[in-house]
Amino acid sequence: MGDWTIEVDRGTCIGTGMCTSTAPDHFRLEGGTSTPVKADVEPDDAVIDAAESCPMEAILVRSADGTVLAPQP
Amino acid sequence: METRSYPFAELDHLEINPVYFELQRDEPVARVRLPYGGEGWLATRYEDVKTVLADPRFSRAAVMEPGADVPRTLPTMPSETNILSMDPPDHTRLRKLVAKAFTARRTEQLRERAQQIVDGLLDEMQAQGPPADLVEALAMPLPITIICEMLGVPFGDRGNFRAWSEAAVAITAFTHEEILAANQSLREYIGGLVERKRAEPTDDMLSVLIAARDNDDRLSEEELVSFGVTLLVAGHETTANQIGNFVFQLLRRPDRLAELHADPSLMPAAIEELLRFTALGGSAGFPRIATAEVELSGVTIKPGEAVFVNNVTANRDPSVFENPHEVDFHRAHNPHIMFGHGAHHCIGAPLARMELQVAIASLLKRFPTLQLDGDVTFKRGRLIRGPQALPVRW
Repeated sequence: MGDWTIEVDRGTCIGTGMCTSTAPDHFRLEGGTSTPVKADVEPDDAVIDAAESCPMEAILVRSADGTVLAPQP
Repeated sequence: METRSYPFAELDHLEINPVYFELQRDEPVARVRLPYGGEGWLATRYEDVKTVLADPRFSRAAVMEPGADVPRTLPTMPSETNILSMDPPDHTRLRKLVAKAFTARRTEQLRERAQQIVDGLLDEMQAQGPPADLVEALAMPLPITIICEMLGVPFGDRGNFRAWSEAAVAITAFTHEEILAANQSLREYIGGLVERKRAEPTDDMLSVLIAARDNDDRLSEEELVSFGVTLLVAGHETTANQIGNFVFQLLRRPDRLAELHADPSLMPAAIEELLRFTALGGSAGFPRIATAEVELSGVTIKPGEAVFVNNVTANRDPSVFENPHEVDFHRAHNPHIMFGHGAHHCIGAPLARMELQVAIASLLKRFPTLQLDGDVTFKRGRLIRGPQALPVRW
């Protein structure tokens, strides 16, 4: 375990492509909005960077125990 | 395949050279020759442009590699790295230092301040006119005030940095020496501010960047200064010119203007549509270098080749936008790429949207009979298009 989970709020996402460029292994654009390639991932700083770089704060990264890792408030 | 000289001739009044649309239809990835550095490609279709902007096989940083001779409009290669010529993860390292301050949520908290600034500017305009020059009365001072307050740049210094900024975004509007000197002046100016704030930190973005450098070594001194310059220049040149451009577009379209007067709730959609429609940029800047073989609309781009994109033409792609040459405030879906796409998607996009909404809505409400007062002259030979002055009466 120790996996992180990634959620993308596709209602908030405006498809800037920030996350798909920042962490191409973890996000892809589908029909104009972002979706995680996999919802459960090994810890990777690129995922945090993607969540922190999203202008809409549409990406939520949590640790295995549910703690929000990004974005910071 | 014909090789065309690029950039194409710039038309007046924000018109787009029809060659772009011919290429988009017949030759979506075209061979172009720049004044310096040889040949490259020009992509004009929406999907291709998005690929070039977001696919990691295209690099901005490759432009800065020693000995690179990239197709360009100026005789010399750029010597100073800035965030616009970086790739992830370096680009991410810098961008995330300030990304939080530019989110839609944080920007929304500045709306009240923007409204206050706009109300003050419109009071002054009303007291002194009609007529008025909307560029000086509203378009310039609003974004300059906001970015000065965010960055911690004294508004009183705007006389200097406006002139340098004006030259820094030039292609042919100034001589090559003037453009280089203006960039140098901007760096010296921000460098001086950094030294002052280092001695006496203030509550602003430059001080945040200084702390990130001095306490955590998260960026170099050169990166700090060039980031400050980029935020200051990009933070006002774009929005200031778009305010003027949007008012110009609206005042020439009485039907659209009447729609907005009848239903002010259309404003956010109207701003998105004007963003899609208005040719703010669209010259030969910011090429990407292929780092692997990539196919775009049937054309093979080889590693090392430069690709230019044209967002303005992409925003008129008929396969994405119905009646692309019409201004339509009722589009159900408007995925324009005026702010770019991918890692370099404009960090100030939420701020620009908010400023444009506040400025245009307040202007139309205050001056319902606003009209153009004579012909409008546009600046030429720059990366960013906009009116020299915008004479109006009411």
